[in-house]
Amino acid sequence: MDALFNRYRSYRSLVVLVVVVMAQVLYLAYQVKTGRDERLIRVWAVSAVTPFSGIFEAIRHNTVGFLKDYFLLLDVREQNGKLKSDNDKLRMENVFYRNQLATAEHARALTIFQAKTPSRTVAARVIGDSTVSTAKAVFIDRGSTSNIEKGMAVVTPNGVVGKVAAVYPLASQVLLVTDSTFKVGVESQKGHIHGTLDCGSGHCVVEQIQNEEEVGVGEWFYTSGEDRIFPRGFPVGTVISAQPGNGMKDVRLNLSGAPGGAEEVLVVLDGVHQPIPTGAVPEEKMAPPLQPPPPDDKETTGVPSGPGQTEADKTLQKYEQLGKEQEHIYGAIYSNMPNFNVKPAPKPPAAPAATDSSNAPLGSAPVLGAPVAHPTAAPNAPGKPATALKPSTTTSTHAPGPKPVLPLGSPRPNGGAGKSVTQTSTEPATTKPQ
Amino acid sequence: MNESSDHLLRSRRSSESIFSRFQVVGLVVLTLIAIISKFYLPRLIPSAVWLEVPLLLTIYFGLMRPDPVPALLFGAFVGISEDSLSPANLPIGMYGITKTLVGYFSASVSQRFNVGNSLIRLILCFFFYCFHAFFYWVMRRALLGQIVPFDTQLTLLHGAFNIAVALPLYLILDRMKLSDES
Repeated sequence: MDALFNRYRSYRSLVVLVVVVMAQVLYLAYQVKTGRDERLIRVWAVSAVTPFSGIFEAIRHNTVGFLKDYFLLLDVREQNGKLKSDNDKLRMENVFYRNQLATAEHARALTIFQAKTPSRTVAARVIGDSTVSTAKAVFIDRGSTSNIEKGMAVVTPNGVVGKVAAVYPLASQVLLVTDSTFKVGVESQKGHIHGTLDCGSGHCVVEQIQNEEEVGVGEWFYTSGEDRIFPRGFPVGTVISAQPGNGMKDVRLNLSGAPGGAEEVLVVLDGVHQPIPTGAVPEEKMAPPLQPPPPDDKETTGVPSGPGQTEADKTLQKYEQLGKEQEHIYGAIYSNMPNFNVKPAPKPPAAPAATDSSNAPLGSAPVLGAPVAHPTAAPNAPGKPATALKPSTTTSTHAPGPKPVLPLGSPRPNGGAGKSVTQTSTEPATTKPQ
Repeated sequence: MNESSDHLLRSRRSSESIFSRFQVVGLVVLTLIAIISKFYLPRLIPSAVWLEVPLLLTIYFGLMRPDPVPALLFGAFVGISEDSLSPANLPIGMYGITKTLVGYFSASVSQRFNVGNSLIRLILCFFFYCFHAFFYWVMRRALLGQIVPFDTQLTLLHGAFNIAVALPLYLILDRMKLSDES
């Protein structure tokens, strides 16, 4: 009996080790198999740790803040913080408004602007890191009590940060975009080339871009919305190098959001997809509202030359021209069906470039309050009504004069914002039946 | 019985008596401090992500406790606590298994070496850090199928940094142990 007991004692630790390890392996397998996350243990651990972390952070913040306030700048720091938060908020609004202003048509932009509101966000502070050094995750001080849910996007005004991976009552875990398991659907600004952002290798690269695609250094990438995490149109970063690779292009990005260093973030509670802003024309070159550019000055409109356009732009231009020739208004009810097989008529050489928005980048001409004017079709275009347009007496030297193409619901030229536009454009002689 | 074995027995006896006074509450508090240090310290010092205070505590507990069973249970507890704060895409148990093994092996090693020597402690600490990092990487790759990079040079460097932290930490813990004994 003693021998058995002694034998058991000698193997006891080994038996316990096997039992403990096997129990954990089985539990691990259960989690992987079912895909379930064991919330109870995590809730306990997070609830036990985050209060201490929050206290430490508050002490550090207040102590350092007090010393700075007292010895250095007194109230300036508080004002600076307020201004910083205001600035962040304004920058977010600015991104939204800039995206809205870059939409193709004024009326559509107005409708979208009225129908959609900017993404609803809630501010949060980063209070801790993950315990896994190889995984990139942080904890924020907002949880389910702040209506945060798993899978929500986390951004800063400068760019994307990550997504909410787990939600607890008073805290949430955010998986950063730099984590090796996280991928983000992105889209380039100029060519609208789609790809997948992967920061797993230590560098942030955009995968799935063919060698034939053109991506330039310094070009911005935005979220494409295809990952169903980030709403479309949030800035991601700029290209720092783009080289042909083995099959796919090697495009490296410099993230604009600084996910690892962010101290305060915004959780997108209600995301709104936004169009990718066209940055070909800098913001300060955008035409001010209600002041269309001079008709003969091509430079001021920012119209790019032909070689800079993509195939999609050319196709869009061709369809727009066909629509104009055949008096078709896209999106309008009762408008005749255009024949897309007909080759578009060559453009008259004297066509004014200033009012030809089809060549202009999307972000340049369609400014809120400045409706887009398209050149009229050729006189012998098929299907053209005889009394479609009559040049106005106030029209300048345009031959033929441009005609404003406005979709349904947009302000008519005889009133509102369009009134001032008709002074330099044309006005229809007869009202077209809708 | 010669002098060295006498010294060994004396040191073990004192360790056991000391650790018998390490109550569960004290261990929980130590674990909590270790976890918080790993959770919060990188916010203050971003380059401190390599610091593995929970692992250092597990090794210390194993080295000072010749019985492997409490050491492996302590390692499992620390590891699972750490797992609970890991990203939600990593299941609970990865650190648990690794630290269970570290606790068991460190306690087993302490039965064969005089772990009162600081140099041996630090060498073991360095070895266990590398083992911990490598085994965790293997488990992520084998059990979860996640392809994560393993930088050998960086691991060795971090191991060296950790033993640099372990040296004063173990001295403080030894001092606490002595004061508790007196």
